[in-house]
Amino acid sequence: MMEKMIFGRYIPGDSFIHKLDPRSKLIFVFLFIAVVFLANNAVTYALLLAFTLLTVFFSRIRLYFLINGLKPIIFLLVFTFLLHLFFTKEGDLLWKWQFIEVYEEGLRQGIFISVRFMVLVFITSILTLTTSPISITDGMEVLLNPFKRFKLPVHELALMMSISLRFIPTLMDETDKIMKAQMARGSDISSGTMKERLKAVVPLLIPLFVSAFKRAEDLAVAMEVRGYRGGEGRTRYRQLKWDWRDYMVLVLLAVVAVVLWWLRS
Amino acid sequence: MDIELQQVGYAYSKGTPFEKQALTDVNLHIPSGSYQAIIGHTGSGKSTLLQHLNALLKPTEGTVKLGDLEIQAKKKVKNLKPVRQKIGIVFQFPEHQLFDETVLKDIMFGPLNFGVPADEAERRARALVEQLGLPEEVLEKSPFDLSGGQMRRVAIAGVLAMEPSVLVLDEPTAGLDPRGRQEIMELFHRLYVEKGLTIILVTHSMEDAARYANRVAIMHEGRCVLSGEPEEIFGDELSLAAYRLSAPRVVRLQRRFETLLGYPLDKLCLSEEQLAFEMGTIVRKERDF
Amino acid sequence: MNEILSLQDVTYSYSPEDSDMRKAVEGISFTVNDGEWIAIVGHNGSGKSTMAKLMNGLLFPQEGEVRVLGETLNEENLWAIRSQMGMVFQNPDNQFVGATVQDDVAFALENNGIPFEDMVIRVHESLAQVKMERFLNSEPHHLSGGQKQRVAIAGALALKPRILILDEATSMLDPQGREEVLATVHKLRQDTQLTVLSITHDLEEALLADRIVVMNKGKVYTEGTPSDIFARGQELVELGLDLPFSLKMSSLMLAQGVSLESVHMSEDELVKDIWTSNFNK
Repeated sequence: MMEKMIFGRYIPGDSFIHKLDPRSKLIFVFLFIAVVFLANNAVTYALLLAFTLLTVFFSRIRLYFLINGLKPIIFLLVFTFLLHLFFTKEGDLLWKWQFIEVYEEGLRQGIFISVRFMVLVFITSILTLTTSPISITDGMEVLLNPFKRFKLPVHELALMMSISLRFIPTLMDETDKIMKAQMARGSDISSGTMKERLKAVVPLLIPLFVSAFKRAEDLAVAMEVRGYRGGEGRTRYRQLKWDWRDYMVLVLLAVVAVVLWWLRS
Repeated sequence: MDIELQQVGYAYSKGTPFEKQALTDVNLHIPSGSYQAIIGHTGSGKSTLLQHLNALLKPTEGTVKLGDLEIQAKKKVKNLKPVRQKIGIVFQFPEHQLFDETVLKDIMFGPLNFGVPADEAERRARALVEQLGLPEEVLEKSPFDLSGGQMRRVAIAGVLAMEPSVLVLDEPTAGLDPRGRQEIMELFHRLYVEKGLTIILVTHSMEDAARYANRVAIMHEGRCVLSGEPEEIFGDELSLAAYRLSAPRVVRLQRRFETLLGYPLDKLCLSEEQLAFEMGTIVRKERDF
Repeated sequence: MNEILSLQDVTYSYSPEDSDMRKAVEGISFTVNDGEWIAIVGHNGSGKSTMAKLMNGLLFPQEGEVRVLGETLNEENLWAIRSQMGMVFQNPDNQFVGATVQDDVAFALENNGIPFEDMVIRVHESLAQVKMERFLNSEPHHLSGGQKQRVAIAGALALKPRILILDEATSMLDPQGREEVLATVHKLRQDTQLTVLSITHDLEEALLADRIVVMNKGKVYTEGTPSDIFARGQELVELGLDLPFSLKMSSLMLAQGVSLESVHMSEDELVKDIWTSNFNK
């Protein structure tokens, strides 16, 4: 039984950020990535960081989860920091030991780049932590709707996405069951040579695939019987509501962008 | 092989915020050669218990003894694989585990994993196909070309091919039609009698347990709440009701007769045939009176 | 008695070119009346599931015709007729489309272009009918088989169909789940005029029906009320079916010399008969 609730790492809640329409959150993140590059001095980076932490505060997500989100890129973060620290040779010399030199500009750049990384990770994490995968799919579907005229099968993609999401926990349970059944017959993925272990994956994958195909077939029949004929003429049960909060958040971002532009050197 | 559970407890996701206690203080002794039924509602801990029987799960509390192998909570145990050959588990809907190119290869999979030589594994597979009432042609077919009922038998053959001394059956009749159910249960009964296997039947069916088992254990909310012989357990309707279980239909009918007759029958009838026989005897006595 | 659905001389084969393969169903004719509960029973492979698919236009007969609500089923009226028929399948997971219970119930409504406000009302009504209102936002992997099937029924009811087809809807459920589903359908029939067609090998389900159609090897073997059908006793066992408990006990007792007026389908009657025929002289 794999009790991993954190697919997409969504944590239910009712903070201000949770209540935002997924579209505004998606647009915000998209624009934020551009806004980040407006900062280029201590004041602007400080402002950026403050704004990010404010967003974190309003999401009421525990810092623990955000720090966890940094883990995958911690190496990259530290590496880039050190790279700038030791190889940007401008400004005053701050510290020297044998052939290692640290210059003022190196330290500044190192810190700036690190803040930039952190801020990007935090904001995108807030997106996935406060928005359920299905909401994100809904948001994307509506935002991409205009592209239908360019033959992008928006509805079909969104439906595929939502059905896949719905089946993930079910498939995980099934994987567990099949694995146990094969282990009971002496199959062992966790020991033996690489070759043996790869071979042991076959009795796990084939039943999963076979069952997945059967599911797809059954599901298609069920959908047809319930009147599914493609996206034409369908109405939506899950409605998205854009309200003052969403406007406010984007206006705020615009304000921050303007201030950054004004304060940058 | 004797199986014993001593104060066994199991918690999923232990130490995380999602910790869930599935088994608590389970004590159960299954002597070699017995036909043990384990009954309980969905969520009673039956499946979790089952997975301890061939070391797929290790207890988080207590001790599980599988023959000579002793598995204690919090102690590392190496080499759990061999015990899985001696204790075979037929999971619910076992046909879902079929994967190989041919039925023959699929049945041979189990024994080959335990080091049985290929020619011996093949011999066993052929013998089992016959024993299970499948036509010989089936061996060269893909398991996915068979009917549902045939696939299930192939899966069962795959477990029997390991020649375990204990056979654990998890709802073996799930999804089968009445004839299929009867055939499968009779098949296991034959194996029990002919090969002297220990059988552990995990089921919802009071009727199957009454008919086939000689020991019964009731699971409720992660605990083993009743354990003993079928006559004791199925005769105690009050206790069963406390766990939202009813006695087998035969027993309930017997009780109705006993109420009318005014006296209890000599013994508790655990099958329709038994009850009919007892009633026949009583009716003849009454007539001769 | 108004006819609501009928099959007339319907024949279907999955491999029509292969003359050696037995046809899945052959020469099937029977009629379902408005408001009836019909159970279609038979061993696995008797053609039961093929019947369900033919009734819903998932398959079209090679011979004969299927008439629903006064019209012969064809490609043009298929979708209109489908909105009058709800269908629940065997595997509780493989028909659950929505991310949550309410999303799934709304699926058919979305497909039929029902306006939002109406959808909300119908979703709540349907879930109330199957007693699953508390589970509006539950995700499928947190539900039992019986609960998922009840959601499937709610989804089928959302379009307010005239006919509900249950295609082995209880086969994969545990006894509790089966009980829940059958109680739900039984109550639905008491409250509405729903016509129910249930394809099953479960006796308790068949006993609830008004009429039973027995299939064997692709043909209709016989049909009649539950009493008529089960009175045939041993014949049914040979067809791969089972007999209700009381009926079995009746036969066994007679064989053991117990006097009985007749065989009985209800336990109460059996008990009464045993007493009056043997002890209360």
